[in-house]
Amino acid sequence: MNLKRFNWEPYLLLLPSALYLVFFLAWPMFQAFGLAFQADDGHLTLDYMQRMFSDVMFSAALINTVKLIIAIVPLQFILALIMALLMMERLRGSDILVYIYSIPLAISDLAAGIIWFSIFTQRGYLNSLLYGLGVLDKPFLFLNYQSNWPFAAIVLAEVWRATSIVFVILVAGLQSIPRDYAEAAEVFGANWFTRVWRVTLPLLRPSIQTALILRTILAVQMFAVVVAIAGRGMTVLANEAYRWYSEYRSPHLAATYAMFILVISLGTAFVYLRALRVKEEMVL
Amino acid sequence: MKRKTSYSRLVVRGLVYLVAVLIALWILIPIYLITIAAFSPKDVIYSWPKSLFPQTISLETLKFFVSAQYVLPSLRNSVVVALLTLVISLVIGAPAGYALARYIFRGKDIFRIMILSTRAFPIVILSIPLAVTFMKWGLYDNLISVAILHVAMALPTTILVTSSVFVGVSKELEEAATVFGCSRVQAFTRVALPLALPGLAASAIFTFVLSWNEVFAATILTLQNRTLPARLFIQLAASPLPFRFAGGFFILIPAITFMFFIRRYLFSLWGITLK
Repeated sequence: MNLKRFNWEPYLLLLPSALYLVFFLAWPMFQAFGLAFQADDGHLTLDYMQRMFSDVMFSAALINTVKLIIAIVPLQFILALIMALLMMERLRGSDILVYIYSIPLAISDLAAGIIWFSIFTQRGYLNSLLYGLGVLDKPFLFLNYQSNWPFAAIVLAEVWRATSIVFVILVAGLQSIPRDYAEAAEVFGANWFTRVWRVTLPLLRPSIQTALILRTILAVQMFAVVVAIAGRGMTVLANEAYRWYSEYRSPHLAATYAMFILVISLGTAFVYLRALRVKEEMVL
Repeated sequence: MKRKTSYSRLVVRGLVYLVAVLIALWILIPIYLITIAAFSPKDVIYSWPKSLFPQTISLETLKFFVSAQYVLPSLRNSVVVALLTLVISLVIGAPAGYALARYIFRGKDIFRIMILSTRAFPIVILSIPLAVTFMKWGLYDNLISVAILHVAMALPTTILVTSSVFVGVSKELEEAATVFGCSRVQAFTRVALPLALPGLAASAIFTFVLSWNEVFAATILTLQNRTLPARLFIQLAASPLPFRFAGGFFILIPAITFMFFIRRYLFSLWGITLK
């Protein structure tokens, strides 16, 4: 290939994707801005934002979403780290384990919600098990909206469903770390915990960053799991966006909620990027 | 390690296996439970306490679900949307993936970073403005509109995955083909494409599952022409338990099956990190 002549080929190949993403990803985002901050007659307004903030459900939705993220993401990270470190132990049958550990990647949030509903519902499997063990003599109403049980069920369902993505990202990261580092640390007498804490985790930082950003952004828009388990008993931000669009027929307020979700997503991504800053010399 | 006796090392090893198996059970048991629920007859589903090891297997509940109104049409809709999504994102995304894998050009890194950062773009933000636009275009409640949105969701991953697939196909083979008289296009279709096919198929299956599972956008963008998850979702609160359990099982099974076929590509599909 002649290096001096400008080569159009790669740009032509990229063009369809770039156009598609501009039309159906970037442009809708600007439109969401328009819907959130522009009245139907075209003038700019903060009405929709004020209505969202003063909405009865808003603070509940925000608090629930934040509480769920705080409960879910650290649990997922710890569990995924344990799973990933297990894979590094070269266990027998680890092929099967990798497949089982990654099955939840393919499970939709709705299916996960229904599955955990079948466990926690009044005549469900958890009550049956507790009866069988002699703990209960009649079914306990777990999904009672006054209690914290629906929250716990949602946390379990999300940890069950979405830990796999963190696991896969961490394993991919671990595989790219040369074993020499940990072996060197072992020669100098570092025990297993020291090696993980001082050697593996710092080197794993780029993967940890990616996994946490991805997981938190997906958790901010949590939707079907919550509805399938708690029904109307509990609401989250994405659920409010859905309700304002489908039930109250207000695209403006729905878009305002959507913008709010975007702001939170960007905010958390920024926090992670700052907190887990990857220094130049850290990149292998 | 060296100071430890072989006995205590054995105990540690045993504990490691125990933890690994316990985590596997934690993942498998809920899948087992929804499966026995879906294969239980109605009266068993409403009974309490339930046996964790059912004696009778029945298709009654699954038949009830499939024969319910709207279920079969929405199943068809789901397949149509997922296939459209798969084809469009591969046709648009694979060339971009190829470009990222084969060429060095100005702006490549910026494009890559932009693709990586849109991979986690919240679908909630796209759905609402696009629903308003599709309404204007007369595409509302049309399966095409759901597919368009699913492509927007899947395209960044398709580009990244196909790029890593083409990186895995040796560039020298293509160059050798051109030496032996193939044109640039022929070298691609006769040499690179056949070698890349398994990876591209894995990427396509991944896209299919992504679309098959998606609830929010499908629910927002359709009214009559629901996809299966959208149909299940809007009817959920008003549905009897057998309908819910069979529905949950029904959307779960294709996803798990496809997962089995692409298990070799797991890490190239999901393990991509910002570096």
